[in-house]
Amino acid sequence: MKKFGGKVLFLDRADINTDEIIPAKYLTVNTKEELKPHMLEDLKIDGFAPRDPAVLASKVIVSRANFGCGSSREHAPWVFEVNDINVVIATSFARIFRQNMFNCGMLAIEMPEAAINELFEHKGAEAAIAIDFDTDKLTISSGKGSKTLSYQLMEFDKALVKAGGWVEFADAKY
Amino acid sequence: MAMTLAEKIFKTHLKDEPFPGTKVLNIDVVLCHEITTPIAINDLVARGKDRVFDTNRIKVVIDHVSPAKDSQTALQGKILRDWVRRHKIKDFFDIGQNGVCHSIFPEKGFIRPGNTVIMGDSHTCTHGAFGAFAAGVGTTDLEVGILKGVCSFRDPETIRVNLNGRLPEGVYSKDLILKVIKTLTVKGATDCVIEFHGDVVKGLSMESRMTLCNMAVEAGGTSGVCMPDEVTLDYLWPFISGDYKDKKAALEEFKKWWSDEGCKYAKVVDIDVSDMEPQVTFGYKPDQVKNVTEMAGTLVDQIYIGSCTNGRMEDLKIAASYVKGKKIAPLVRAIVSPATTEIFRQAEANGIIKIFLDAGFCVTNPTCGACLGMSNGVLAEGEVCASTTNRNFNGRMGKGGMVHLMSPAVAAVTAIEGKIADPRKFRKEAI
Repeated sequence: MKKFGGKVLFLDRADINTDEIIPAKYLTVNTKEELKPHMLEDLKIDGFAPRDPAVLASKVIVSRANFGCGSSREHAPWVFEVNDINVVIATSFARIFRQNMFNCGMLAIEMPEAAINELFEHKGAEAAIAIDFDTDKLTISSGKGSKTLSYQLMEFDKALVKAGGWVEFADAKY
Repeated sequence: MAMTLAEKIFKTHLKDEPFPGTKVLNIDVVLCHEITTPIAINDLVARGKDRVFDTNRIKVVIDHVSPAKDSQTALQGKILRDWVRRHKIKDFFDIGQNGVCHSIFPEKGFIRPGNTVIMGDSHTCTHGAFGAFAAGVGTTDLEVGILKGVCSFRDPETIRVNLNGRLPEGVYSKDLILKVIKTLTVKGATDCVIEFHGDVVKGLSMESRMTLCNMAVEAGGTSGVCMPDEVTLDYLWPFISGDYKDKKAALEEFKKWWSDEGCKYAKVVDIDVSDMEPQVTFGYKPDQVKNVTEMAGTLVDQIYIGSCTNGRMEDLKIAASYVKGKKIAPLVRAIVSPATTEIFRQAEANGIIKIFLDAGFCVTNPTCGACLGMSNGVLAEGEVCASTTNRNFNGRMGKGGMVHLMSPAVAAVTAIEGKIADPRKFRKEAI
């Protein structure tokens, strides 16, 4: 199983699409590692700079609704994976992106808007999130305090994460 | 129990239900292209599992960057070609015989009502136009599809969209789907299948239905779906005539897939199209849609007619009917890319290519190229493109470029005017 948790990157905008996560011109690579320098290269949010050291040190992304919409490119989870970000927490996800995350043994955690708002209250205060995978709980800590919240995963998605991904799961079962 | 078309397909294709709410389906057709498949192939090789579940159910095309533009894209093509040869996959379409995936695979008759179809491409939902459950997937799903012929999905809900009324002059299926996306929003159909119903849909050709289903994903939908009927049958008949006693028998078979009366819909949306205007996007999201009259006059640098959304014969004919005998405006450039080699050949034979050339269009070979900013028409920073494609995301056709999505009719008259224009104000010529 992958390691989950660490410093948080807050992306305060809905509908962040996979073209913004990794532009199509980089889909010509044949290894995941080659994607690494191009994470979130075309994302436009005020104050966001993709090569900022704080961005590169992040391990968890917290964002809004419909995260990962658009293209089916698994290069989107991959560019996070090679940058050591294995968790995205959002109000909702586009279906293909969400499935790609679990298929890679990564976590796409959906939480209600109120819970996401609580997480965003820690923005700008050096926030970190710890994930307790077994109990479906996460704890956010920052200069503004600490709070533990519960989340829910589908049993299948949890099984994929435990197995290390869909290829491993499917190969053992079908 | 009354079931939707998607529920019927899930029931007949069920391989396993590993956990509540998750279904693993047997897949009838696995489609592949050179952008998302090579990494799956490399991974299978690295795992010592370089096998395919069924060589006859895997269809392969080189389309995204064709011909290759550099060493990297050439390598992607090579990995795919080597794999096709290694596994003796017969349905492979290389440059010279290729086409944009969601245009060429239906053209070859590969997709049938009731099929399950996956591809590492989000616009796979196009094939739902044939009454299939067709979903875009990532490379890992594709890899397992290639190896095992299965794919997992959550139980789908269905949104029913009724398009009623009379389609006004100058309004086409692209306008309809832009209107639907505006109504549902970019996330309104997430985890749902969108069924298209109503008199308007019944009267649409298969090409128009494909345009409709193609952009279901822009509302978050897993698949767009039309009920397979006489129009579907006429399109598929050359490929299936040997399988049925007669057309009547085939149609009876098709109708078994229709959603039952009384089936459960997550939502029903009714749209009367009678007073609709042509639709054009603004901004960076496909649900940011306005009437053409609000967008008219917007200056553009490039016009692009093509892609899996609007590069079919019907689209080229519509565009050519507005372009015939005219010239594109000075200071704009216009590109038309027939979606398949066969469409190119037909357009050449019936004089449509000449109409575009005479008007000053650049005619390219079939490729996805410009639609996703890969090749054959990438925008420079600050440039604006009037495009018949499917995504207006920031940077989609080139970093810093702006894309306005529209029908081939609006694109054609925009090319003539050099700014976004209303096709209803132009005379159509017979083609």
